[in-house]
Amino acid sequence: MDENSSARLKRRLLGIVHRVGLFLAMLTICLPGLWIVLSSLRPTVEIMAKPPVWIPQEISFDAYIAMFSGIGKGGIPVIEYFRNSLIISVTSTIIAVAIGMAGGYAFARYRFRGKSSVFLGLMLTRTVPGIALSLPLFFLYVRLGIIDTHFGLILAYVALNVPFTIWLIDGFFRQVPKDLAEAAQIDGCTRWQAFWQVEFPLAGPGIASAAIFAFLTCWNEFALASQLTRSVSAKTLPVGLLDYTAEFTIDWRGMCALAVVMIIPALTLTYIVQKHLVGGLTSGAVKG
Amino acid sequence: MATVSLKKLTKRYGNIGIVHGIDLDIADREFIALVGPSGCGKSTTLRMIAGLEEISAGSIEIGGRIVNDLPPRSRNISMVFQSYALYPHMTVRENLGFSLKIAGAAKEDMERRVAEASAILGLDTLLDRRPSQLSGGQRQRVAMGRAIVRDPDVFLFDEPLSNLDAKLRTQMRTEIKKLHAKVQSTVIYVTHDQVEAMTLADRIVIMRDGHIEQVGTPDEVFRRPATRFVAGFIGSPPMNLHEATVDDGQLVFASGEKLPLPAQFKANVATGDKVVFGLRPDDIYPTGHGISSGGAADVHQIELPITVTEPLGNETLVFVEFNGTDWVSRMLNPRPLRSGERVAMSLDLSQAHLFAAETGKTLRS
Repeated sequence: MDENSSARLKRRLLGIVHRVGLFLAMLTICLPGLWIVLSSLRPTVEIMAKPPVWIPQEISFDAYIAMFSGIGKGGIPVIEYFRNSLIISVTSTIIAVAIGMAGGYAFARYRFRGKSSVFLGLMLTRTVPGIALSLPLFFLYVRLGIIDTHFGLILAYVALNVPFTIWLIDGFFRQVPKDLAEAAQIDGCTRWQAFWQVEFPLAGPGIASAAIFAFLTCWNEFALASQLTRSVSAKTLPVGLLDYTAEFTIDWRGMCALAVVMIIPALTLTYIVQKHLVGGLTSGAVKG
Repeated sequence: MATVSLKKLTKRYGNIGIVHGIDLDIADREFIALVGPSGCGKSTTLRMIAGLEEISAGSIEIGGRIVNDLPPRSRNISMVFQSYALYPHMTVRENLGFSLKIAGAAKEDMERRVAEASAILGLDTLLDRRPSQLSGGQRQRVAMGRAIVRDPDVFLFDEPLSNLDAKLRTQMRTEIKKLHAKVQSTVIYVTHDQVEAMTLADRIVIMRDGHIEQVGTPDEVFRRPATRFVAGFIGSPPMNLHEATVDDGQLVFASGEKLPLPAQFKANVATGDKVVFGLRPDDIYPTGHGISSGGAADVHQIELPITVTEPLGNETLVFVEFNGTDWVSRMLNPRPLRSGERVAMSLDLSQAHLFAAETGKTLRS
C-alpha cells in the first residue's frame, strides 16, 4: 500500500471515529429530554421500573388529556399558569432588553466617571445566588403588598437579567465601528437616528440573543417564583409542576407531561430567533 | 460660497493639548491638504471642522457662518473616512441615498442624484451589492459617492487612501483630483503621505505637535521650507540635513569637512552661528548627471566615496559619504558605479537651505 492510500484510509477511519464520538456526545445531551417525553407517555409503573424499561410497552396521551381536564379530574390550571408565565417572561424580557440596550450602549460608547466600577458592580450582582435573595425579597414583597403578583415577579426577573443583558449587548455594540454612527451623523442623522438607523440594526443579532437568554431565564426560573407566588393568579409553569406532588405520592407522568408543555414554546422561540442570529453582518463596513 | 476659517482653534483633553490655537483661512473651492506625522493633530482638526469633536477654544466658520456648536448634520459638510464607514446592512444604492432619505428627499430626486453620483464614479453596475461584496477600491468609490450625493459646501477626507495598496492608491489619487475638478467644492484632505498632499492640493498645511509649521503651495513648501521640520518632511527621498558652524564664510561640519557658505545666506549669518545645512538629493549629483538650475547655479565640486547605489531604472539614488554619514544624491542618465569608488560630485549651493540650529527656522530672508 503506498503512502497516499494509507493516508486516505487513515483520514476515513478518523472521520468515522469522529462521527461516533459526536453521536455519543449528542445522545448524552439529548437523553434527559427524550426521557421526559417518553415518561410523559407511559404508566408510572414503567417509569419507576428497575431495571429501567427502555422501550415503552404501551403509549398513551392520558397525562396530557388529564392535565387539561380541569380540577378534580387530575387536571391543573395549566392555561392560567401558561398565561402567567408568558406575561411575566415577555414583559420582563422586554424591560430587561430595553435597559440592557441603553446600558450596553452607554458602556460601549461613552466615557464617564466610575465606568469600570459600575460595570464590575453589575457583574458582581450575578455572583449572588437567586435563592439567597428569596427570603429577604419575600419579606420585602409582603410589606410592599406585591407578593403573589405579576408585577413582583417581573421586577425580580428584570433585576436578575439586567446585568447580563447589559454585559452581552455592550459586547455587541463594541463590535459596531464607531465610524458608522459618525458617518450617519454627517449624513444628516441626529444621534438618536444614527442609533436606530445604523447601530441598532447591526447590533440586532446580539440584542436578539440577549432577549432569548433573558426570556429562557424567566421562563425556566423556579427558586424565586416558588417563594414569591402562591395562587393561580401568579404562579408560573415551573411552580405549577409542584401541583403534581401530594403528601405521599408524586405523579411523575403528569409532571413530565407539563415539562413537555413548558419546553415546546421555549424551543419554538429559540428556533425562530436563531435564524436571525446571522453573524458577520458587519463585515465590509470598514476595511477588513 | 464655502470658505472655511479657523481662528485660534484649540483642542485639549484635560490638561493635554492636542491642537494649540491654529489659524487657517481656506478659500472657496480650494483643495487644502493637512499633512504631518501621526499625532500632529491633523485628524483632530478635521474632526472638529466636521463637528465630531467638540472644540476647546477658538472658532470655526464655514461659509461665513460660525458653526462651533452646531451638530455635524447642520454644517452641510460630507466626510470620507479612512475606514470608509459604509453601512454594511444597506446596498450601495441605499448607502448612496441614505443622506437624502434622512433629509426626506422625494423619491425621483433621490434616484436622480444617486444615478448622477454613481455615473461620475462608475458604480452603476454595483448598486445592488452590499459593501462586503466590494473590493477595497470599490468601497472607496462608494464612500466618495456618498459624500458627493449630499452636494455639500465642504468635503472632508480623512486619510481616504491609506488602506489601499500602492497601485490603487495612485489610481484613486487621480480620481480624487478629477472629482474635485468636476464638483468644484472646497476640500480639506488629511493625509500623512506627503506625496498625496503634493499631488492633490492647491495649498498644503504642514502640522507638527498641534501647531502649523507652514502653509503654502506645493512648490513653496518644497522650494522654500519655513522650518527644518518641513524641509525634512516634504520631498522623497528627504532633504540631506546636517548641523554645521559658520566660520568666516565657510560651513564647518562636525567631521571637520568644509563647504563654502551659500551666497544667499551670507547677509543673515555670522561667524560662530550654529546652523543646519540642507540640500535636496536633486541638487547633489555625480558631475554631468544632474539637473542644472541654470545661470544662477552656484555649483561646488567635491570628490566623495560611494557607499551604496539604488538603481530605479530612469535614475539611480547614490549614497555618498560626507561628514561621517550618508548623503542621498539623485543621478539622472545613470552610469554604472561601484561601492567605494570616489566620484566627482556637484553640489548646487544656490539651491541650499540654512536653518537656525536652535529654533529650526529658515535663515532665508
